[in-house]
Amino acid sequence: MSSDTLSKAAAPAPPAAADVPRIVPQRRTGQWIAAAVVLALLGLAVNSVLRNDAFQWDVVAEYFTTSSVLRGLGLTLWLTALVMALGFALGTLLAVMRLSANPVLQAVSWGYVWLFRSMPILVQLLFWFNIGALYPQILGVKTVDLFGPVTVAIIGLTLHEAAYAAEVVRGGILSVDRGQIEAAQALGLGRHRRWRKIVLPQAMRAIVPPAGNMLIGTLKGTSIVSVIAVQDLLYSVQLVYHRTYQVIPLLLVATIWYVVVTSLLSVGQHYVERHYARGTGR
Amino acid sequence: MSASAMVEVKSVRKSFGPLEVLRGIDLDVQAGEVTVVLGPSGSGKSTLLRTINHLEKVDSGWISVDGSLVGYRRSGDKLYELREREVLRQRTQIGFVFQNFNLFPHLTVLENVTEAPLSALKRPRDQVAATARRLLDRVGLADKADAYPKQLSGGQQQRVAIARALALEPKLLLFDEPTSALDPELVGEVLDVIKDLAHQGTTMIVVTHEIGFAREVADTVVFMDEGRIVERGTPAEVLDAPREERTRAFLSKVL
Repeated sequence: MSSDTLSKAAAPAPPAAADVPRIVPQRRTGQWIAAAVVLALLGLAVNSVLRNDAFQWDVVAEYFTTSSVLRGLGLTLWLTALVMALGFALGTLLAVMRLSANPVLQAVSWGYVWLFRSMPILVQLLFWFNIGALYPQILGVKTVDLFGPVTVAIIGLTLHEAAYAAEVVRGGILSVDRGQIEAAQALGLGRHRRWRKIVLPQAMRAIVPPAGNMLIGTLKGTSIVSVIAVQDLLYSVQLVYHRTYQVIPLLLVATIWYVVVTSLLSVGQHYVERHYARGTGR
Repeated sequence: MSASAMVEVKSVRKSFGPLEVLRGIDLDVQAGEVTVVLGPSGSGKSTLLRTINHLEKVDSGWISVDGSLVGYRRSGDKLYELREREVLRQRTQIGFVFQNFNLFPHLTVLENVTEAPLSALKRPRDQVAATARRLLDRVGLADKADAYPKQLSGGQQQRVAIARALALEPKLLLFDEPTSALDPELVGEVLDVIKDLAHQGTTMIVVTHEIGFAREVADTVVFMDEGRIVERGTPAEVLDAPREERTRAFLSKVL
């Protein structure tokens, strides 16, 4: 519409080509020099990495797809997925509690986020790992049998994740215009329908980028469970280098896998964002 | 209190914190009648409109639409607040058009119009879609069914919002400054749609600053100031021969 108006306005008096001086862009010599210097430094770095035999790329290749590494990768992936799913489920509940009209629910939600954001995840894992000191038995079962390393990892990471997810989801919900909820109420849409069809799809636009950040953070953050001997990707390579002393190449194996998975997730995030950007004209 | 009143508002009061925005409102609107509410900003006219479909709860007094109390159930000398489900059912009979349209940006124009009949009235999808297309045709936007709201002009968006309100076949339509957010050249197309509805005998209450529209379409004009109804009457009475000084002062500024 605006382009119509513009072209109509411009139409009566097209400027004669000969009268109009040509525009010459500024010469940006500095930019070219800066780019050349950076590329040269990058080349030196790559060269040194490839030529330094201490990196032992042959060892990296040897262990990259061994079954113990792949099992560790598998555990890292499902642990990440489970923690994200449970963390966001609990986080959404906490966000809705925080935004409810009930002051008790608000306070509990606030207190949860305060507590679990204050506690370092490492401290929390060690705490759950030693929960038997506080409660030797739970429902007649010995606590140490109940809280194995993997269970502790799931509980600790989920509780930590939920505190952050709660804030991400709350921010997303707050980003939805109040008028959207009023319009849905005026049309007689029920509470559940309002959330599912009107509020959450719009909140997702604000939730997806930080949630993508959290997903990638969690993927790498799960490596902390190696301290309680859960055989994730990092612990699997550690087990190997404790035996063979090939520390650097095995850390490279883990690093490359983390980079590969992170890259795939970033691509996935792009498509999820595109889905939720429907109708925004961006 | 006439037997055929579509809307009755009785002694309604409403405060936001220390500020009393409605200070005892009495109003009735007959079926098929167009009532235009005028008044300066902060006079309480939008709040009054929002109490009629229970988007705002009243502090005292009551409102009824087509004979049933809005938001409450009467038992003896007490009014009990209804459950949300029952309020929502009442709202399906009252169409509301917002100043800022409040279309759902992530849904297409057609989905905006079909959402409420599908989910609130549980009508079959084919029938709802056919009705929605007919309504879009009526507001002149049949070709925009698959567009998203952001792709439309403000005037087109407001016409979609009107079609969305009509999709529930309401007994009453409420318009909250429907043209105030529009560029001047787009006001006419929206007012034309509202006039068209008025001529077909739709009962409506319109809060607006468009004096020309009030003169042409209204059966009753109500002038509000500081939470009270200052004056009401036919357009000729209120607009051309106002009795109250405050009405004269307001009209002299906007005309």
